[in-house]
Amino acid sequence: MMSGWPLLSLVTFLPLVGAGFIFCVRGSDEVVAQNARHAALWTSLLTFVLSIFLWVDFDVRTSDFQFVETRAWIPAFGITYKMGIDGVSLLFVLLSTFLTPICILASWEAIETRVREYMISFLVLETMMVGMFCALDMVLFYIFFEGVLIPMFLIIGVWGGKRRVYSAFKFFLYTLAGSVLMLLAILFIYFETETTDIPALLNIYIEPNVQFWLWLAFFASFAVKVPMWPVHTWLPDAHVEAPTAGSVILAGVLLKMGAYGFLRFSVPMLPDASVFFTPFVYVLSIIAIIYTSLVALVQEDMKKLIAYSSVAHMGFVTLGTFTGNVQGVEGALFTMLSHGIVSGALFLIVGVIYDRMHTREIARYGGLVHRMPLYAFVFMVMMLASVGLPGTSGFVGEFLSLAGAFQANTWAALFATTGIILGAAYMLYLYRRVVFGELTRQDLKNITDLNLREKIIFAPLVVLVLWMGIYPKPFLDVFAASSGPIAARYHAAKTAAVLQPGIFSLIAEKPE
Amino acid sequence: MYSLAVLMPLIGASIAGLLLAFAPKGHGRDLAAQLATCICMGLSALLAIVIFHQVAILGQSRTVELFPFITSGAMQASWAFKYDTLSAVMVFVVTVCSTAIHVYSIGYMHDDPGVPRFMAYLSLFTFCMLMLVTADNFIQMFFGWEGVGVCSYLLIGFWYDRPSANAAAIKAFIVNRVGDFGFALGIFGVFAMFGSVVFDDVFAAVPTFVGTKLAFLSWEFDTLTLLCLLLFVGAMGKSAQVPLHTWLPDAMEGPTPVSALIHAATMVTAGVFMVARLSPMFEYAPDALAVVCIVGASTAIFAASVGLVQNDIKRVIAYSTCSQLGYMFFACGVSAYAAAIFHLMTHAFFKALLFLSSGSVIHAMSGEQDMRKMGGLAPYIPITLAMMWIGSLALAGLPFFAGYYSKDIILEAAFGAHSAVGQYAFWLGIVAAFMTAFYSWRLLFMTFYGEPRGDKKVMAHVHESPWIMLVPLFVLAVGAIFAGWIGYESFVGSRMNEFWRESILVLPAHNSIEAAHHVPFWVKILPIIVGLVGIGLAYGLYIRDPERPRRIAQNAQGLYRFLLNKWYFDELYDAIFVRPSFTLGFGFWKKGDEATIDGLGPDNIAANTLRLARRASALQTGYVYHYAFAMLIGVVTLVTWYMLVRG
Repeated sequence: MMSGWPLLSLVTFLPLVGAGFIFCVRGSDEVVAQNARHAALWTSLLTFVLSIFLWVDFDVRTSDFQFVETRAWIPAFGITYKMGIDGVSLLFVLLSTFLTPICILASWEAIETRVREYMISFLVLETMMVGMFCALDMVLFYIFFEGVLIPMFLIIGVWGGKRRVYSAFKFFLYTLAGSVLMLLAILFIYFETETTDIPALLNIYIEPNVQFWLWLAFFASFAVKVPMWPVHTWLPDAHVEAPTAGSVILAGVLLKMGAYGFLRFSVPMLPDASVFFTPFVYVLSIIAIIYTSLVALVQEDMKKLIAYSSVAHMGFVTLGTFTGNVQGVEGALFTMLSHGIVSGALFLIVGVIYDRMHTREIARYGGLVHRMPLYAFVFMVMMLASVGLPGTSGFVGEFLSLAGAFQANTWAALFATTGIILGAAYMLYLYRRVVFGELTRQDLKNITDLNLREKIIFAPLVVLVLWMGIYPKPFLDVFAASSGPIAARYHAAKTAAVLQPGIFSLIAEKPE
Repeated sequence: MYSLAVLMPLIGASIAGLLLAFAPKGHGRDLAAQLATCICMGLSALLAIVIFHQVAILGQSRTVELFPFITSGAMQASWAFKYDTLSAVMVFVVTVCSTAIHVYSIGYMHDDPGVPRFMAYLSLFTFCMLMLVTADNFIQMFFGWEGVGVCSYLLIGFWYDRPSANAAAIKAFIVNRVGDFGFALGIFGVFAMFGSVVFDDVFAAVPTFVGTKLAFLSWEFDTLTLLCLLLFVGAMGKSAQVPLHTWLPDAMEGPTPVSALIHAATMVTAGVFMVARLSPMFEYAPDALAVVCIVGASTAIFAASVGLVQNDIKRVIAYSTCSQLGYMFFACGVSAYAAAIFHLMTHAFFKALLFLSSGSVIHAMSGEQDMRKMGGLAPYIPITLAMMWIGSLALAGLPFFAGYYSKDIILEAAFGAHSAVGQYAFWLGIVAAFMTAFYSWRLLFMTFYGEPRGDKKVMAHVHESPWIMLVPLFVLAVGAIFAGWIGYESFVGSRMNEFWRESILVLPAHNSIEAAHHVPFWVKILPIIVGLVGIGLAYGLYIRDPERPRRIAQNAQGLYRFLLNKWYFDELYDAIFVRPSFTLGFGFWKKGDEATIDGLGPDNIAANTLRLARRASALQTGYVYHYAFAMLIGVVTLVTWYMLVRG
């Protein structure tokens, strides 16, 4: 119905327009703050509404890119402004546009200083995220991919907690270090193939030995973003120091960028290298699941616990991505989507009590159910979703990725499945310490339950978690549009088995 | 109608939940929640009876599909209700018992502040169980499977102020998850091999997989044996079989109606149901069946032995449940699935009766559960006493009570199977039957007879329970008396084949139930004799000479402690799983993440960069003579080098 419009560009750049508008607001601090909040909220809501049309008009029967827009940009180098989405990216665009208004609403009262700058950062961040998922040109993708870092760096560094500067730099340097290698890979691809057009590159066969090095370069960048063990240590710090809404976006969308990169570039463009490195990815994924689950079990800070649990959940994603079958790939995509909502909600849940008590230490709580029954209910739903209970969104993705893993490698499936036990252990243990028990602390006796604003924030999240858990078909149908070709490419490479295990022989015969 | 039978409890739970969220606190809200859930449950039970008639008696099996659930490539599963004789029996048992428990809860929980929440959990639990038994594919079964797990977590931890209740709730969930781990792997394996998760597709393909190999981990296994064993791990977790039984006795922390619901009609029977449902797979995996048989028989005797010495009235019954489930499993293990389901049904009635009666005792004793502080209650609560007697008679399998028919057919089938594992199961089953009779009457004698040992204040308050609690007992008592007699011919007797039809598959070579009808007379009579001996021994020890048990316990300290501490399973698991997990987690965090990764990686690089930068900046002192001196050195070096090379 809106086919004549450049819908993707509209969704991408509308937040930027809103940011520009906020930038121009003048007046006393209070007026500016209030205007900035409203402007940001309405801009992001409008963006969300527009993005829904993407889903409505999306054709799930084709794996081609849709809503494609092409404009000349740097003709001298053949670099174009090209946007488009397929089954892999569509729902992540929606996830970004869905979470942004929730984040702005969650920051309504929590952010009191430099409100205008904060809201601008958030809207710029939204543009970058959406653009990243829509970009169909390598250079454009890289710009958005790196561009995300800047507003996020500011959000952590300016509005964060006590160690915010340390965390912000750790976050920035960690992710930038990986990205530099990706830039090299992109330049190399450009010089070799003379195009940066992603759909075109998907149809160009790259020499296996070249794939080997390109894969590693991309991996360095994406693994940090996911994050995979052992390059995950920036995440707990970043989460702990970030303001609540920053954590929500970080866990909800930014962590998906790495896995998105694997599914967009590594597996389809470099299938031979992907097959070659599969065991390596499995090992890291399994370590991520078991190791970080155990670390989560002993955390004393709520946000840190959830941050570690995110690393474990991302382990299921990377595992599923590299199974090379439909269930695994769809499971990975579904886990990403579900985790975006559930972990975002969990950070909001921590934020609710942090706003009231100004501490995230688990030991400082206990017995909240007595004063906050509704809060306890929401927390329960999200906890169970995180644990992967059937009927919630967490189950579908986890189940599919593990079912995919079993077909690919039973050892990997066996170890990864222990994650469902450990996941239950740390989440139940957290819930018990915070929500159950007697309410003994004096300062908790007057804590209040969710207010209207918080109810409005949580209601859509709860509905979505149950919807995705009970009737996941609409979501799976979107993924199915693209999971087949990805799995097929991987499978073909596996059958061909061009790259044989034995890294040293490969390094010896240098790529031409 | 077929959908409504399952969905009614969900509707009831939703109403109770909405009342909880929106209605003002008070008696009216509680009453509304109780009424809504009980009416929904009652309707569901009525529908179940009609369905039972249509499906099991008239043979109109059917599957009602609602809408798709998971659709991913070849993995296609729907939300569906599969009704055949097996599920119709289960739906009937579950809804009837659950209705009785719902009504009973009105009385039992009347002064609890969390009534609507409790009723909502009960109904939700029942809903999950119904989803489990009516599933037509593995994934929906897994939904119900985990659903009852989480509801039991909520119900066991219902009194969330108690640390012990919270601990028990978490334990129940985690141990169940260990079982689910196996179940999940089994489902993945089934999908990997059969390319489908729908029961009918899988069952149809099973014969073609006989003798094939499946590469699992680094070894090759017989496909069906491996898959059945993995799935059976799930059954062990849910049905509290050794070594995954530890959660069940602790689950007694929940309110008594919960114990009745979890341990009688639902949840713990899910494992038995699963094996019966998957009989078309297990039948072709004789090695897996042997394992089922051994695990069942071992659990039967292990749990009975622990039950001998427990002092908490509910724990005795809990171990008895564990033990009876063992009977059901070894029945499955000798291919007597019908006998297992028969015992499941009779057990549901008499065990629910026993639990609710013990609840009535606890209610009368103002919450006391320790039998050492009871005694002499018979004159005060005669109706409860009568109910307890009926339940115990049925449990011990004395003639013509329900348990007599079902337990005997299981033991006879084990004997009739003429296999080594069958004999193992038979003899352990006989010993367990003796222990069962002993601990049941020990419970009766310690609670109701002899000198009152409770403190005076409590004893002064002892009173019979209200009618709202007694009526459900009567209903269950009717079942405990007559269910065996009525069901015998259909479930395991001459009409067996017309009754079960295709819902259970037994290969002709495995027909142990047929063989059970032709065992020697002593096999038929032995269980009754050991039962009577057990009762006699209990009488001798607890009525004739009440001091004797203590002396025996003192003389056999080691054995007594070993049994009282449940063979030290909890301590063992704590030492090898729980504590190492925390130690490892802490080690990974402090030593792995912070010391190694951060220490060598970012922090190290940052520190080194900083040091280098400091050095470099230290060079820039701002004094002219420093720079001049540096330049001079440079010039000298250059000139020297030039002269040496050129010269």
